[in-house]
Amino acid sequence: MTEPLLSVRDLRKHFPITKGLFKRQVAAVRAVDGIDFDVYKGETLGLVGESGCGKSTTGRLITRLAEPTGGRIVFEGHDITHIGQGAMRPLRRDMQMIFQDPYSSLNPRHTVGSIVGAPFRIQGVRTERGIKREVQDLLTLVGLNPEHYNRYPHEFSGGQRQRIGIARTLALKPKLIVADEPVSALDVSIQAQVVNLLEDLQEELGLTYVVIAHDLSVVRHISDRVAVMYLGKIVEIADRDNLYAHPRHPYTVALMSAVPVPDPRRRAAKRRERVLLTGDVPSPIDPPSGCRFRTRCWKAQDVCATEEPPLVERPGDMAGHQTACHFPVADDEEVAGRRVPTPRAG
Amino acid sequence: MPAPDPFLQVRDLRIHFPTDDGLVKSVDGLSFSLRRGRTLGIVGESGSGKSVTSLGILGLHNRRNAQVSGEILLGGTDIVAADPETVRRMRGRRMAMIFQDPLSAMHPYYTVGAQIVEAYRVHNNVSKAVARKHAIDMLGRVGIPQAARRVDDYPHQFSGGMRQRAMIAMALSCDPELLIADEPTTALDVTVQAQILDLMRDLQEEFDSALIIITHDLGVVAELADDVLVMYAGKCVEYGSAITIFEEPQHPYTWGLLGSMPRLDRGVTKRLLPIAGTPPSLIQVPAGCAFHPRCGYEPLTGGLGASTVPELVEAGRGHLVRCHLPADERRRIWVERVRPELEAS
Repeated sequence: MTEPLLSVRDLRKHFPITKGLFKRQVAAVRAVDGIDFDVYKGETLGLVGESGCGKSTTGRLITRLAEPTGGRIVFEGHDITHIGQGAMRPLRRDMQMIFQDPYSSLNPRHTVGSIVGAPFRIQGVRTERGIKREVQDLLTLVGLNPEHYNRYPHEFSGGQRQRIGIARTLALKPKLIVADEPVSALDVSIQAQVVNLLEDLQEELGLTYVVIAHDLSVVRHISDRVAVMYLGKIVEIADRDNLYAHPRHPYTVALMSAVPVPDPRRRAAKRRERVLLTGDVPSPIDPPSGCRFRTRCWKAQDVCATEEPPLVERPGDMAGHQTACHFPVADDEEVAGRRVPTPRAG
Repeated sequence: MPAPDPFLQVRDLRIHFPTDDGLVKSVDGLSFSLRRGRTLGIVGESGSGKSVTSLGILGLHNRRNAQVSGEILLGGTDIVAADPETVRRMRGRRMAMIFQDPLSAMHPYYTVGAQIVEAYRVHNNVSKAVARKHAIDMLGRVGIPQAARRVDDYPHQFSGGMRQRAMIAMALSCDPELLIADEPTTALDVTVQAQILDLMRDLQEEFDSALIIITHDLGVVAELADDVLVMYAGKCVEYGSAITIFEEPQHPYTWGLLGSMPRLDRGVTKRLLPIAGTPPSLIQVPAGCAFHPRCGYEPLTGGLGASTVPELVEAGRGHLVRCHLPADERRRIWVERVRPELEAS
């Protein structure tokens, strides 16, 4: 393949926990703890995982809304890991973000025209036909009425607000868009509209997406490649079809089997097949040694506690299918119906 | 007092809220019934009136700002007509609710055990020690490990999934005949959701209660519900067994919901098939069929859609549909157009 648009190596973000008058650091929340991935031009990479797995922090790190603790982020050949705000500003044209909550991500005191036009003013972009015309074109592009230029966010529904946010994101024709849960706050029928809009825009404008979501069905629909995160690590990354047809990591298997399927006839069968994980995700302050999933994994053995499995391609798997597991699940393996014993807390 | 069958009957329920902007008709003529041991799934988007219905069944609407009419017969008692004290005594004992967000539904200053003990002692004349034993027993039954120790924990010391289990324990502590779960798993992660859905199904079998599950997630409905009621703008637009609703849906709105949802059990479709437009305002519900401005088949009704409110009529055994299109026309559209599109991959 060609050069990746975005390349992430051993990226880490630890949030310090301080104590006492002198803010002595006593521990750290290891939100993102050494992840590697590449994003290629024109593709969509999906990041899935449960709450607290570090997927949103990853999004904030690659858009440099948060300062990484370690590792490297390379965007179009520039190392942006630790560059300052001033140096980052010109790059923001190429890298934009769509937020989850269309109610808190739009300033209620500004008109739609001012919100969508802000990127032009902040970046000092001169437009041939004036900002107003540009904004109206953007509103049309995302399926809003350009005459609503002077309205305020509260006059719009949730789905329309999300479209306003998308119009703002598109204003400066970015190369990479990081979308953090772009549809999870929306109603089912509106979710589908916004998913279709994101796909149309990608085709039309040649956009590259990193989509962060917890909904495995939405991620499968929208992504070309998918990375599964657990407790600050990527446990599996692969081509979309490959990952969903041949999941290798026990966590991926469990996650997929937990998704409810809208087919009442399969209810009983589904229940038999479900790999039920017991217990909760351990604390990212003091993650388990070795493989982080071992405390909830039915395949865990002694080696899992001592050696951390690397994220690598396994023999027999498709190119680009990487799994971080000592005992990956085989295609015909009998995992169905097995209940995992209750793990220790913490 | 033996409960007549069906156990819960809702007849022509209307819940309206007068506001400065006009009358909000959250629920507008809803009727359904439910037997013990059965699960009804109520599906709809935000603002369709599903949560307002559940609060109505619990008698939780303040009569000063809500106009409630119709009948809600629970084991023979009409909750709409009964005095507040009677409803209060029924609430918790005969009907109980599981809320969406257990963190805000529980009191942060009291231990989980104390909250279950309180609910139990309100309805049962027992000592604190007996109630505490019962609380520990209930926490154990909903799968909280080391219940005897965790009973003295505060809600914030529980994880999200455990909190939801504790709330289920609280709701079941008085062995209610009717349990209403309003989006019980929406705030939870998918692996935890699977645990809670399994738990609710097991407990319902054990307690033989009637269960109403309110959700926007058709996957959750398919996992739990025997019957499904689809709501739109305060009205039931389709009602039937879960198999019927998922395999032979006849209302265009139900088709839209099914088409909006990507499915893991099928191949990847090229595009989702969303419903056009946005849900209506409940102050100015569109004239005629409330769904007609978003309906792709409205032209086929010959103007009827915009002028007349369709009746909820029987389309098959136990299958009710509120649509102007002739039944055979709907069946043809489903078989020839909608179903092939949904299954295309």
